[in-house]
Amino acid sequence: MAILLLADHDHAGLSGQTAKTLTAALQIGGDVHILVAGPNARPAAEAAARLAGVAKVLLTDSGTFEHVLAEPLADLIVSLAPGYDTILAAATSTGKNVMPRVAALLDVAQVSDIIEVLAPDIFKRPIYAGNAIQTVQTTDAIRVITVRTAAFAATAGGAAVPIEPVAAVAERGLASFVDETASISDRPELASARVIISGGRALGSLEKFNEVILPVADKLGAAVGASRAAVDAGYAPNDWQVGQTGKIVAPQLYIAVGISGAIQHLAGMKDSKVIVAINKDVDAPIFQIADYGLVADLFEALPELEKAL
Amino acid sequence: MKILVPVKRVVDFNVKIRVKPDGSGVDLQNVKMSMNPFDEIAVEEALRLKEAGKAEEVVVVSIGPAKAEETLRTALAMGADRAILVETDDAVEPLAIAKILKGIVEAESPGLVILGKQAIDDDSNQTGQMLAALLGWGQGTFASKVELADGQVAVTREIDGGLQTVSVRLPAVITTDLRLNEPRYASLPNIMKAKKKPLEKTTPADFGVAIAARLRILKTEEPVRRIAGVKVGSVAELVDKLKTEAGVL
Ligand SMILES: Cc1cc2nc3c(=O)[nH]c(=O)nc-3n(C[C@H](O)[C@H](O)[C@H](O)COP(=O)(O)OP(=O)(O)OC[C@H]3O[C@@H](n4cnc5c(N)ncnc54)[C@H](O)[C@@H]3O)c2cc1C
Repeated sequence: MAILLLADHDHAGLSGQTAKTLTAALQIGGDVHILVAGPNARPAAEAAARLAGVAKVLLTDSGTFEHVLAEPLADLIVSLAPGYDTILAAATSTGKNVMPRVAALLDVAQVSDIIEVLAPDIFKRPIYAGNAIQTVQTTDAIRVITVRTAAFAATAGGAAVPIEPVAAVAERGLASFVDETASISDRPELASARVIISGGRALGSLEKFNEVILPVADKLGAAVGASRAAVDAGYAPNDWQVGQTGKIVAPQLYIAVGISGAIQHLAGMKDSKVIVAINKDVDAPIFQIADYGLVADLFEALPELEKAL
Repeated sequence: MKILVPVKRVVDFNVKIRVKPDGSGVDLQNVKMSMNPFDEIAVEEALRLKEAGKAEEVVVVSIGPAKAEETLRTALAMGADRAILVETDDAVEPLAIAKILKGIVEAESPGLVILGKQAIDDDSNQTGQMLAALLGWGQGTFASKVELADGQVAVTREIDGGLQTVSVRLPAVITTDLRLNEPRYASLPNIMKAKKKPLEKTTPADFGVAIAARLRILKTEEPVRRIAGVKVGSVAELVDKLKTEAGVL
């Protein structure tokens, strides 16, 4: 049977997460249909139609889905479910919000955050902040899955496939959108960045964080991350948090600055290709997983690094 | 209004877990157990709503082994009014938990159910959303701010691109994120008082819920371990190594 993949998009374009989720879908095997729901979302649908391996794109052009609220989106997916044996989405804040709702409405289990496809019904997923990896087999007729995109490469582009319109479902009015404060930035997104520099509690203030981390990020063209301690203290916005309960990243280069290396932080970045740690405590646990460790005061090391780049 | 807060007994967040060498699971013998941190935040939020006069009663519920009574007592010591233990020694998946909670919601008629966004053992991040779906309610997940108004609750959510505020019709399900509040510690007198607070015991069968697993766990293994690399002596050496040895600059 076929696979339904919920696109991650902002109507005007597709996020990089969709092409990575598609890789997982193709490994499961079957005709993959990508669902794009939203008002004026044709540009996102067209981008989805050009991903290599997609069979077709379903477009629901409706204002109901403007703010991707879980309730109507889950109802839409459930209305399409009879044609599919697998329904999957990236484990983004949208995927995590919507997919368990879909699974419950279909009376099936969800497999969260898969990192490897071993068979169409067998997957690996991390538990305990990635300190154990479980291999699980689904027994339900429909498999509902979220994909940890950091573990999959993006598919390439291909020839455009057809885009089919799909009817919206009736709105039940359970929730409504109030407002959104998007962090606007010219920097790359954490999820797709090649280089990430993250700051921890040691930065001490929002001003210091901006003063020493951002110039290095700019020089490197890097995305900026943070530990929970830095976010809790208001040095960095919530969507910069890397870790077990924040974003999971796997860039080519991850630079951890003034971060001790708690298991919850490591869970979000330990699959990075190269890890650099800058910390003044020689015994900081972050050094146990760093490829290159620099024992130094970050307030001296970072300006120096900025100049050396 | 009544607020229902489900809480889970999990391995303490400070414990470095060990995977059993035979691949059968994680070793939980003699390991410190605590309330799932996100659930502490959920209890705290419910108590604050009660203290602000917006709720009359906070009921906590746990589905798990007899020892989950300790977790419930912790919630009672924080200030919850009464507790329900749905006792089972089986591992119960999020879908079955949601079905049992639905039964409790039908019996208790709360106006709000506040849950942690994820349990730090299985890291599933499913139960709240599943419960909302089964009840036909709206959901405000990953909450960093909750404001109750007439018939509605405004929930500010931590999302990948920043913050989103939604207004959810009551009754509703909320799941907590880290920034919602800082949970209180229970004082010694309150811990003593909690021992006498009502705690009702039931079983999954009382709710007519089959808890048989839908996912077969074939194996549990250690992740690939990274090994520590080298220490560099200076920023110049670091930049040089990143350029020539690692090839990432
Ligand atoms: C339920 C739960 C979920 C969590 N989820 C996450 C998560 O997703 N992500 C996350 O990051 N954390 C998470 N945490 C928190 C985690 O346990 C740690 O508390 C947190 O990661 C610590 O942040 P930190 O390393 O910045 O601070 P600290 O542990 O305080 O470390 C600061 C470090 O800076 C160093 N330092 C100080 N001054 C200097 C200086 N001048 N120059 C150089 N180095 C210096 C110190 O030596 C120290 O190593 C979670 C915790 C819980 C309970």
